[in-house]
Amino acid sequence: MESEARSPLQHKTRDRVLTLLSVGALFAFLWYADHHFSPYSIRILNNIAIFIILAVSYNLINGVTGQFSLEPNAFVAVGAYTSALLTLSPEEKIRSFIIEPIVWPLSEISVSFPVSLLCAGLLTALMALLMSIPVFRVRGDYLAIVTLGFGEVIQVVANNLVSITNGPLGLKGLHPHTTLWWSWGFCVLTVFSVVRLVRSSYGRAMQAVREDETAAQAMGINAFRTKTLAFTFSAFFEGVAGGLLAHLITTISPSLFTFFLTFHLLIIIVVGGLGSTTGVVVAAALFTWGGEFLRIVEEPTTIFGYYYEGIPGMRMVILSLLLIVVMLFARRGLMGGKEFSWQALIDWTGRLIALAKRCV
Amino acid sequence: MAGADRLDREAHRTREEVCMSDPLFLVRGLTVEFGGLTALSGLDMEVNPGEIVGLIGPNGAGKTTAFNAITGIVRPSAGRVYFRGTDITHWSPPRIASAGIARTFQSIRLYDDLTVAENVMVASHSAISYTFLEAIVGLGRFSREERRIQEKAERLLDLMGLTEFARERASSLPYGSQRKLEVARALALEPSLLLLDEPVAGMNPAETMEFSNLLRKIREDLDLSIALIEHDMGFVMKICHTITVIDHGIPIARGAPGEIKTNEQVIAAYLGE
Amino acid sequence: MDISFATQQLVFGFTLGCFYGLIAIGYTMVYGVLRLINFAHGDLLMVSAYFAFFGIIIFELPWQISFLLAVALTGVLGILIDRGAYRPLRHSPRISALITAIGISFLLENLALVIVGGRPKSFPLPSLFGGVIKIAGVTIPVLSVWVFFITALLLAAVMYIVRRTRVGMAMRALSLDMETVGLMGVDANRVISFTFVLGSVLAAAGGMMWSMKYPAVEPFMGVLPGLKAFVAAVLGGIGNVAGAALGGFILGVAEILIVAVKPEWSGYRDAIAFCILIVILLTRPRGIMGEELPD
Repeated sequence: MESEARSPLQHKTRDRVLTLLSVGALFAFLWYADHHFSPYSIRILNNIAIFIILAVSYNLINGVTGQFSLEPNAFVAVGAYTSALLTLSPEEKIRSFIIEPIVWPLSEISVSFPVSLLCAGLLTALMALLMSIPVFRVRGDYLAIVTLGFGEVIQVVANNLVSITNGPLGLKGLHPHTTLWWSWGFCVLTVFSVVRLVRSSYGRAMQAVREDETAAQAMGINAFRTKTLAFTFSAFFEGVAGGLLAHLITTISPSLFTFFLTFHLLIIIVVGGLGSTTGVVVAAALFTWGGEFLRIVEEPTTIFGYYYEGIPGMRMVILSLLLIVVMLFARRGLMGGKEFSWQALIDWTGRLIALAKRCV
Repeated sequence: MAGADRLDREAHRTREEVCMSDPLFLVRGLTVEFGGLTALSGLDMEVNPGEIVGLIGPNGAGKTTAFNAITGIVRPSAGRVYFRGTDITHWSPPRIASAGIARTFQSIRLYDDLTVAENVMVASHSAISYTFLEAIVGLGRFSREERRIQEKAERLLDLMGLTEFARERASSLPYGSQRKLEVARALALEPSLLLLDEPVAGMNPAETMEFSNLLRKIREDLDLSIALIEHDMGFVMKICHTITVIDHGIPIARGAPGEIKTNEQVIAAYLGE
Repeated sequence: MDISFATQQLVFGFTLGCFYGLIAIGYTMVYGVLRLINFAHGDLLMVSAYFAFFGIIIFELPWQISFLLAVALTGVLGILIDRGAYRPLRHSPRISALITAIGISFLLENLALVIVGGRPKSFPLPSLFGGVIKIAGVTIPVLSVWVFFITALLLAAVMYIVRRTRVGMAMRALSLDMETVGLMGVDANRVISFTFVLGSVLAAAGGMMWSMKYPAVEPFMGVLPGLKAFVAAVLGGIGNVAGAALGGFILGVAEILIVAVKPEWSGYRDAIAFCILIVILLTRPRGIMGEELPD
């Protein structure tokens, strides 16, 4: 009995080695891809990494802590703009800002890509922290409305604060800093950080708040601090992802960061399974890769000899229906609430082998 | 205003009483009103170190409301609560828990999706010694602290006879075990005062007997004082040193089990139920 | 700024406030009873406008019939949404219902986009509502006068229902303690359905009048008004019907007046509601007329 209870620690070394090997394999694959894949495929791989970062962070506040939030598009926008404004050189800024000259000190500053990412993350984290004060002190129900409203405000600000954001024109000609190494490097970092956080006492506290906030408080947990930690943590990585995104697509404008982005992430975490990091990673990869296919629904194609006009907006109708259906019938999502673990994989493989042996 | 004056006078009076008699836990004139309805009116309670105190009364008498008011979940409209001489009347639930008062709930409120072991480990969070950054990096302090928390949870599960369920989801446990898990979780806070809300509800006589023995053992081993709400009269009479009876929010009797059993008002209140 | 201009701005503000108030009442009632923010509520504004538009333009029904039908159909839609999407999740964690609500909202918007197309349609204005009148030297649109009257009427009706009828009492009881009320023989589901109908009807009325004032009907027209209406509900005190109306007025007037006084801020107009929300949450979270809602 005692050895059973202690088994996760027993196999700690084995698990660590396996994880390290997998990460090594991942980077080997990326090296191969970098040298042999088409730009289109590389773009998709980068997108997958960024969406994994976003989904895993978004899942922390929504799925793990159980606080319904609609923040991603706002924080991604802030992160994207911050990072872009910091990496553009003063000359480039003069060229871009044709309606109104950019304000000082942004006109002078130009930093390296990694520094800009860090600033992006820190700024969004700060915003999240400030937002936590009015929202988490009172009934947490309002988080969704506040974040939804904040998304609108960011749109409005991005369009109007022309001396900082260049208004509707947006920022063009960003250096394509985001390579497979940056995006996947941060992806691994994000997943690693979130998993470790969730497995710690802080993660347990977050889940307790989700399960029963009153009982959690009666057991000494400060719900305000717990929620704030989750929210700020999510915001940080969403901001960084924004910076990565900006330097991948090299052109950003306010219309890029609408509620559509948040909705996509919401579907991903719901289908992947709220609270399950594994499920969310898989769902993010699937949706980003498969999203290309859904585009078919909106373009004219010929299916089985019938010409199909293609209806704009159909993709979103399908996704909305998917969301509702999953919420009504399969709330636990892909993984059914279970997480990946090396032990589970080993057990499963063992069973598969035993089954195969019996059949032969 | 009159209400504030009354509060002040009560606070002043009871501070003297506190210094003189020094009970661990003291409640004076606790009153809870919800928009026109008085759920609880003027409850007095006292728990001395090592005592087991019972709070009984017909259904809907306001007993759980009393516990909710004491633990800060509900705001008292009047009255005072003292713990180790400190006025904790308007403290928040986490603060009260950290001070050393832990409770269980009448309707079981476990963290359904977490494992049995995790349910117990969560209660150790308020006293955590590592920061979230250290959790991510996983430095020495993190591993040591996690091991300490885990071992404490194992000990408590062992104490309550729940070790076999450690890795199971809390919601999958049989009812009696869920009640015991709630107690284990509360004990993880290392409280001085344990508040149990209907701890043996739904248990058969054998389980109830086992629980009584367990309770006595816990009280001795962990140096606890206990206040409990219960409907099971046999259990209450056997295990409590003092009993307070309330009916429709109003305290109607207080004393040793023998006195309460024969108190006419108490009998009338229960018969009328 | 002269008196005539100021009064005109006030009239605009009140008119806008009427719209916000009508929508806010639905939000506040549903939240009071179910603790659910019905994100799809704002989109009912859009749905009712399209219903009316189709009635008049496509089916060529007289506008009175079209309006009535639109309101009725929107009410039915409200019930369908509750029955189909929210009721099954009544006993699930609250976040499930919230996510579903956002899903419904997005579905409605994109269904409209798919069915009707994104290009704004021009909403017809019946002659009864057109033109202006002059009162004490101030030019007021006739539509605004109608809006005031109808809003006042609807508000009075709702207040009466909530305060004086059995259903209204049941609604208020449900908002305090759903479990006990069920035990007392009240069919909670029917009362909840009624709540949805009431709110939807009001939103539909608001939608009709909104479209006459701002005649561009497009699939996402309900998003911002819905958001702002919820802020109005919080401002007035969530769960309180009179508070929702009051919050609506304050928000409408604030939005118009602030932009009138500082025209250079007109681009930020939509951010005003957000700022007000943050201020309320920081200073008086339960709103102007709100009571402490249990849990």
